Amino acid sequence: MIWDDWSQFLAMGGYARYVWGSFGVVLAALALEQLALRLQRRDALNAASLAALARQAQEPLS
Amino acid sequence: MFTTSTFAAGLPAGRPWLRYAAPQAFFPLAGKAIPWLLGAALLLAAFGLYLGLLAAPPDRVQGDAYRIIFVHVPVAWLSMLIYLAMAFWAAIGLVFNTRLSSMMASALAPSGALFTFLALWTGALWGRPTWGAWWVWDARLTSELLLLFLYLGFMALQAALDDPRRADRAGALLALAGVVNVPVIYFSVQWWNTLHQGATLSARGASMAPVMLQAMLVMTLALWAYAIAAVLQRLRGIVLKRERHTAWVQAYLKEIKETRHDLG
Repeated sequence: MIWDDWSQFLAMGGYARYVWGSFGVVLAALALEQLALRLQRRDALNAASLAALARQAQEPLS
Repeated sequence: MFTTSTFAAGLPAGRPWLRYAAPQAFFPLAGKAIPWLLGAALLLAAFGLYLGLLAAPPDRVQGDAYRIIFVHVPVAWLSMLIYLAMAFWAAIGLVFNTRLSSMMASALAPSGALFTFLALWTGALWGRPTWGAWWVWDARLTSELLLLFLYLGFMALQAALDDPRRADRAGALLALAGVVNVPVIYFSVQWWNTLHQGATLSARGASMAPVMLQAMLVMTLALWAYAIAAVLQRLRGIVLKRERHTAWVQAYLKEIKETRHDLG
């Protein structure tokens, strides 16, 4: 650890907004991507459910 | 020329590498790999961030602003590598008519666009304190911006076509036409006079302290593991949606509906 205390770490030698703006946005983007992937999966599963319902509706009653 | 039926006919015993060309064989395999990849990404990122933000000393010239390199270089490498992978799988899908290859290309595009955006974003935040400018129209930056438009163009083109196989073919042609841009990005710092600094890693070795190099390489591995996981997650979603009428997807749907109530 090269920092004396956490406030020094957060200040990043005066470059806080550039350093944290980079690391923060990368982290936020990946978190949002995970959220989007979850929604995509849900959407695909819903489409598959609809396909099953459509097939059931077409089958003659027996 | 192979046809789709060659692969749909089953799992050829003499060609085991074709086994996972079938979406229903690939789907569970990818599902098993994803948690391991995400776990590896998390552990590697924790170690890489420790090295890059806590262990590595400030740069003699750039102070602590240089630490942006630990995300900037990995995401920029990934933005180019993902494009090459996307063009490769699109070409395989085009030539051999394998559905999964084309779906892989479609799954790679959003990840590529995201990493290209992040390369431009972190580059702007690094450029401002070191060059005094968020953006300059030089060869490296302009060709990277073109890469973002290639990804977005690929996605827009595929979204505009209703027939998935037509979308696969049209996307493949666009992806292949754009592939020439990747070496332009990579070599731009050698070919043109540019504000962007030269390569940190080259055949002659690394132009940085060992702990800095370690941090950069560990972060690269972390983001690779994450990117592969995200692409596999997206590919599984695409496979599910495209194959929703097939018996195996219906069986899978039934299985997860029985094991849990939410579809997450």
